[in-house]
Order: sequence, then C-alpha cells, then structure tokens
Amino acid sequence: METLTGAHFVWMTIFKVVLFFTLLMLMVGGVVMFERKVAGFIQDRSGPNRVGPWGLLQTMADGIKFLLKEETYPDAAQAVFYLLAPVMAMVPATILFAVIPFASPLPTGWGLVHMIVADVPVGFLYVLAIGSFGVYGVVMAGWSSGSKYAFLGGMRGSAQMISYEVGLALTLVPIVLLGGGVRIPDLISLQQGFTGQGPATLGMWLFLPLGVSFLLFFITGLAETKRIPFDLPEAEAELIAGYHTEYSAMKFGMFFLGEYAHMLTTAALITVFFLGGWDIPFWHGDNIRVLADGTVIGDPTWWKTVLTFLSFTIKTSLLVTVFVWIRWTLPRFRYDQLMELGWKFVIVAATAYVFVVAGSVLVLDRLGVHFGLPYAAILTGVNVVLLGLLLFVVDRGRLARGAAYTVTRGLGRASRRSGTGPAAAGRS
Amino acid sequence: MPGDVKVLRRPEEKGSYVRAALKGMSVTFRHMVNPRKVTQQYPDEKWELAPRMRGTHRMATHEDGRAKCVACGLCPTVCPVNCIKLIPAEDENGERYAAVYEIDEFRCIFCGFCQEVCPVEAIHLGVHYENAEYSRERWVYDLERLCDQDQPFTALWDPADPASE
Repeated sequence: METLTGAHFVWMTIFKVVLFFTLLMLMVGGVVMFERKVAGFIQDRSGPNRVGPWGLLQTMADGIKFLLKEETYPDAAQAVFYLLAPVMAMVPATILFAVIPFASPLPTGWGLVHMIVADVPVGFLYVLAIGSFGVYGVVMAGWSSGSKYAFLGGMRGSAQMISYEVGLALTLVPIVLLGGGVRIPDLISLQQGFTGQGPATLGMWLFLPLGVSFLLFFITGLAETKRIPFDLPEAEAELIAGYHTEYSAMKFGMFFLGEYAHMLTTAALITVFFLGGWDIPFWHGDNIRVLADGTVIGDPTWWKTVLTFLSFTIKTSLLVTVFVWIRWTLPRFRYDQLMELGWKFVIVAATAYVFVVAGSVLVLDRLGVHFGLPYAAILTGVNVVLLGLLLFVVDRGRLARGAAYTVTRGLGRASRRSGTGPAAAGRS
Repeated sequence: MPGDVKVLRRPEEKGSYVRAALKGMSVTFRHMVNPRKVTQQYPDEKWELAPRMRGTHRMATHEDGRAKCVACGLCPTVCPVNCIKLIPAEDENGERYAAVYEIDEFRCIFCGFCQEVCPVEAIHLGVHYENAEYSRERWVYDLERLCDQDQPFTALWDPADPASE
C-alpha cells in the first residue's frame, strides 16, 4: 500500500495536528488529575474527590478558575517578553509531540497514514533542538517579571537546563551508533526485530542493550521537566514560585500546562527511544515499518493501530507514574549537588559511555557477531556490568552526600579556628 | 557557641543516595497502595464533639422566650477581650433586662469565663464551631440571635467526674 500524497497528505496532516494536540491537552488534564490523586494516596489522603464522580472533573474546575482569575501585570515587567514567556514555555513542550509516532501506520482508502504528525528525516535532532527552546520560556519569564525571586528562578532554570541539555544529547549518541540513523520510526523498527527486509535490526528494546543511556536519559529528562528532585527554578520554599512568581490566571496556567506537557513528552520520548515505542512485546504481528523511501514492510491493519496505540499509552503512563511517584518521594537537590550531578556525573558518564559503546560496536563487528539478538545480548551484559559500577560510584557518598554532615562540620570548624563570631564575642 | 552545634559524625563513605532513594520510594509505594486513608469527608461526616467543647455562644431563655439575662454586668467585666457589649434597662416591674446584648464572636477567645461567672446561668458557650460568615458585621451576635442558637450548652464539668479527679 502506498503512503499518502498530495492534497490527501496535507489534509490528513492538518487533521492529525488537531487530533494530537487535543489528545495531548486531554492527557495533560488527565495527568494533572492523576498526579493529585497519587499525591493524596502517597500521603494517606484520598485526593480531590468533590468535583464530579471520584473527583474526575477537578481539572475542569481548575481550568475554569485559571480563565476567570484576574490577569495581573507588574509595573516593573518588560511587557513584550513578559507576555511572550508563557508561550515560549508551552510551545516547545507541545510541538515536540509532532515527531513522536503514536501507533503503527493506519491503512485507509486514500493510502497508508503514518501515526506521526511529521516524519522528519532529522528525527531526534529535532527533539534536541526544540527541547533546548524550553529554557527560553524560563529565562524570559524570570528576567522580564522585574522581580528578584523570579530572576533567581530564571537564573537557576537556565543554568540547570543548559547543563543537563549536554548530558541529554550525549546519552542519545549510543542510539545513533546502534541504529545508524536519527529518523524516529527507524529507531522503533530497530527495536522490533525484522529478518531479511531492509536494514538489520536488533530486536530488543534499547533499555537493555543501552541500559546506562536509559538511566542517564531518565535523569536528564527529569531535570529538563523541572520536576522534583530537580525543581530548583521553582523551589517554593525559597523562591515563592521561582520564574513564574509574577504570573497569574491563564498566563500561569500556560506554564502549568507546559510543565505537564513537558512531562508527558519526556515520558513519550523515553518510550520511543528505550521502550520500543508502540511495539507490543513478544509478538511479531506488529512488525510494520515504512522505510525512508516509502517502502512498506509488514502487514498494517486498523486493529493493529489500535493495539499499538494502547501499548504506547500504557508505557507512557507507567513512566508518568514513576515521575509522579519520584516527585512525591524525593527531596529537592541543593544547588551544588545539582551541578555536581550534572557536570561531574551525567556528562562524564555519558561521554565515557559513548566511547564504551563505540568500542563494543567495533569489537562486535570485527568478531562478526550477527547484528540482532546475540549482538543485543552481549551489549546487555556489558551494560549490566557498567550499571553496577556506575551505581557504586554514585552511591557511597561520593556524589550527593548528606547535607547535615558537611554543613555543620564546616560551621563548627570555621568558628573554632577563628574564635570569633557572634557567640564568641558575647562571651568575652 | 560552636560546641552547641550538633555535629553528626557520619563518615561520608557510609552515606548513600541511591539506596536511600530506593528505600524512600518503597515507603511511599506502600502508602500509595494502602487503602486505609486518614481523610475525613468533612461536610458528609463530622467530628463527634466533646460535651465540654467551647464554641459559639447561646443565651438560655425562659419558657416564654425571654432571655434569662438580668443585665448584672458581670460577663462584660470578666471578659478578657472585651467582646461583650451590654446596656442594661429596667422594665415597669423594676426588673433589669438587657436592652442591648451583643457578643463579637470574631473577637471572642472562647475562654468560657462569661458562662462561669453568670449568676443566673443565662449566657452559655455552645458545642458548635461552624460559624463562617461573609462579613465581619455578621459576626456580632445580638441578643435575639444568641437566643435562637440551638446547639447544646457547653458542660462546665465532666458529669462522670465532677470534682475533676
């Protein structure tokens, strides 16, 4: 079956944009509700349960409230950037969804429809490029609000997001080394396992053969979403609400939506890169791929599209659950711990890992190991060892040490050595 | 003084982040799946209030609906925050009654002195707390409103243990 062309392609793309945007916004509403429920459960409460059955309409009530609240404009704000910032916070998070395949291609009367808005050849380079845009919203909001707290939040946000951007990009390099390309549908095929047709594939979800990348991408992705334990730009206790302190009503609502959309996007990206995308495990019926030149391999049907969409949704939801679970468990990093984790651990480990994977690929190719399951199995073994080493390095207080220890020791020593300070002065 | 600072002598090599984080995650997971929740569904289910709980005032009345107050002036005198306003008057029989009797519930600290000092057991505190209002003026209860309250009187002592032993 041929893929869509001409006017059909344009109309179908417009339809997909509308559909996927609506879907994303609905999912964001669902995630907000879900997070509040889980937060309640974790704290032995029952969560919101007043609006609608089981509290399901709470998000609608919140949305209406966002729209009806007073819009405030601080005197010291730089009007243009102040108004642009919420847009800049929300747009990158939503347009990232354009390159994420939701399901296997759907055959229709006009041709085969890709379940992806834009099948761009630059693939996840687009993800990295647009992902970096997220920082502009934070910086612009922080700087243009004309408030010190917002400014501090913006500063922290820019430092954090730029630091982790590097690690994020580096963790994806091993995928290119294995996949030999950056087109996202190809990455999903890589994890599905085809025999004989088109380029060779691994046939194993990448979180096993690239375990270290998976861990690092998870950490950096979490940092990019600015959620606990990486929510220093917001830091309620210190900075009121950080970069969006001065925003009210729907302008704040856009930051809010952007944050949750970003969380969903990150979960979807992890799914696509490491958890096989829409692939259904242990079943080869869904092995459908469309090569870059339009050749269709496999047997697409409508019910496979539905099943693979379900598979994608389940994986993404599980990741979102883990995100929420982490948020309501871990405390926030200190600023130096954040920077240590970013620069001394993630970037170093990711760089080293690129070399390790490149070396492994070289060795395995020289040995003539079949590019497929055996190849993936050997890489998995290598990764298990590396993961063990890595966790051993992170643990044991080498990174992210306890706060109480360092702080009090420093204080005690300093005042003992100099013999001054308010207490000593009072005694004499 | 440096000696007063509590220094935790915990060697850094024994600290852990990964294990501690996983431990925390398991704790929160156990709470997440635990169906026993502490939330009380407030408007639907309410606390059972103690008989000695001190809340919104209530004026005791005679059978004919008159307030029992004799306008002796003890309660505004004893009130530590001056929230009771009393203007006494005499009727044609020469009996004193309160022409104006107002309690500012917003100002009241619910100490219960007015109830204790009242010689005719007229003013009482009540076992009641849901007295939200839209304006501060509404918090000033006049005599009629005090008489109309229907919550139980606050008990001054526990009937099972009157001597407070």
